[in-house]
Amino acid sequence: MIALLKRSGLGSVLLLSLLLMVVLPLSLDLFRLNLVGKYLTYAFVAIGLVMLWGWGGVLSLGQGVFFGLGGYAMAMFLKLEASDPISTKIQSTPGIPDFMDWNQITELPGWWLPFKSLPLTLIAVVAVPTLLAFIISFAMFKRRVGGVYFAIITQAVALILSVLIVGQQGYTGGVNGMTDLKTLMGWDIRDDSSKYILYYVCCVLLIASICLCLWIQKSKLGTLLLAMRDKEDRVRFSGYDVAMFRVFAFCLAAGLAGVGGAMFTLQVGFMSPSFVGIVPSIEMVIYAAVGGRMSLVGAVMGALLVNAGKTLFSETLPDLWLFMMAALFIGVTMAFPDGLAGLWEQKVKPWWASRQAARRAVRAGVAAAQASWPLPPEPRKPEPGIAAGQHA
Amino acid sequence: MSNTDYALAVEDLTVSFDGFKAIDNLTLYVDKNELRVIIGPNGAGKTTLLDLICGRTRASAGSIKFRNVEMTQLPEYTRVRRGIGRKFQTPSIYENLSVFQNLEVSFPKGRSVFGALAFRCTDEVRERVRLVAEDIGLLDKLDTEAGLLSHGQKQWLEIGMLLMQEPELLMLDEPIAGMSARERELTAELLQRICKNRSVIVIEHDMEFVKRIAHKVTVMHQGKILAEGTMDKVQNDPKVIDVYLGH
Repeated sequence: MIALLKRSGLGSVLLLSLLLMVVLPLSLDLFRLNLVGKYLTYAFVAIGLVMLWGWGGVLSLGQGVFFGLGGYAMAMFLKLEASDPISTKIQSTPGIPDFMDWNQITELPGWWLPFKSLPLTLIAVVAVPTLLAFIISFAMFKRRVGGVYFAIITQAVALILSVLIVGQQGYTGGVNGMTDLKTLMGWDIRDDSSKYILYYVCCVLLIASICLCLWIQKSKLGTLLLAMRDKEDRVRFSGYDVAMFRVFAFCLAAGLAGVGGAMFTLQVGFMSPSFVGIVPSIEMVIYAAVGGRMSLVGAVMGALLVNAGKTLFSETLPDLWLFMMAALFIGVTMAFPDGLAGLWEQKVKPWWASRQAARRAVRAGVAAAQASWPLPPEPRKPEPGIAAGQHA
Repeated sequence: MSNTDYALAVEDLTVSFDGFKAIDNLTLYVDKNELRVIIGPNGAGKTTLLDLICGRTRASAGSIKFRNVEMTQLPEYTRVRRGIGRKFQTPSIYENLSVFQNLEVSFPKGRSVFGALAFRCTDEVRERVRLVAEDIGLLDKLDTEAGLLSHGQKQWLEIGMLLMQEPELLMLDEPIAGMSARERELTAELLQRICKNRSVIVIEHDMEFVKRIAHKVTVMHQGKILAEGTMDKVQNDPKVIDVYLGH
């Protein structure tokens, strides 16, 4: 059983689920637990980056785009539900979101209509980020654009989308984002009990996503991703379309980020362009780097710890936080390129193993001494070969 | 462009880099089951020719027909799937994977994204890995990490990875570079075995080795073909002696 857990890498996932679903809910008050739930939505992005950056070797500095698209899709549904004609009857056009009314829009735009339906919204949460990721990455990777250039392009996309959202205030809520989200199919998402339920939904989805990624890592596709990271030409000339494998990794990361964004909207109660732009996108990369870009569980821990640090220090030393985060990022990438997970694998585990071995050796020595008691071990006779050698 | 029975027909092929013609109006035919060796001084365009055939470099003009199908417009992975295998000059293997995994990844199934997700290592795959490993003399090294192999074994492993794909045209760029005398011997035997049901193109500098394996030799010089024929004929060609062997 333990051997099976070790081999499949599910052991650490099990420990993580225990921590998230038992230890933290029992030891934190609801306010803090809700914060952890918010951090966990970033963990979706972080595990996507493990697949894309750690395994696929493609760095994206624009994951906020996909996080935001998933979040906005969910927020649009909730906003429509919160804008029923009765509660918006003081508007000049009742039944449309308040920010549209403020911007003299008198009719719900056509592209908002699908978000009246929950199933279509849930599909959009994953499909819209994935589709955009497909278009960007297909265009880039098929032309062999990669590395730094790709990272810069993703960053440009993040900037473009955040500027677009801010600029189109009448359709998107502008810089304030979508606020005053209340109910999901009549279920109040601001209740204490709903916060617990949403936290657990978020945990279950995250664990399921980790299992999906683990399965991909264990498949031939995972092997190929690793292989093309350092021997791209060998993979290409073994008959694989390298570009499509990278497209897949990028779409996977985008889809996961979309789910994270939707869970963010549900748990925090609003969505705004401040989660879409360049700065949040880079922060998301830091979570994966600190936690370990080769380790799914490590990336989750990275998202939790960096965000917990951010909350803690920005409560006490708000001015210093940004500098500390930069120092943390530089320090970790210089000293531990594989992040906290690498530190665990390369330092803690061998140290523990050698300690255990030393202990066993001492115990064996004691046991041997006890067994030979009271007769001391016989002194060794000089070996004839050596003696003969000395004579010669 | 003519219809041919040749495994590979390269006609009027030209590629220029900023006006410099690395391959200049070159025509070359390789028969089925033939082992062809290409020799020539440094900068003659030998590696570039292989790059053009496998698609790593795009031709400026001319035609490359493999089994009578035009290849010049096809992407690299399609050419591989049609049966062109390419070994690089420096051993290009996945150092972190075991020998078994290196060969397994090269098995020609599950080459699309979702095919790779669904790929399972069946008995058929294991059997092929075993056969190929035996052929390249690495049967007892299947679980070894490939990065730990000796230089010669790495070269063999890469040849084995190509054999997994059962290519009909195999192109080897300096396969015995850096090998010991014994390893060269074994490689020569391996090449003679594997050219039984496919065409092989080898680039090589070692004349003893060339003499031993070549069915036919092509001498290249400044992007053009200088001479072609048996080793004896080529060696006695005054033009060849002048530019290459005479030095």
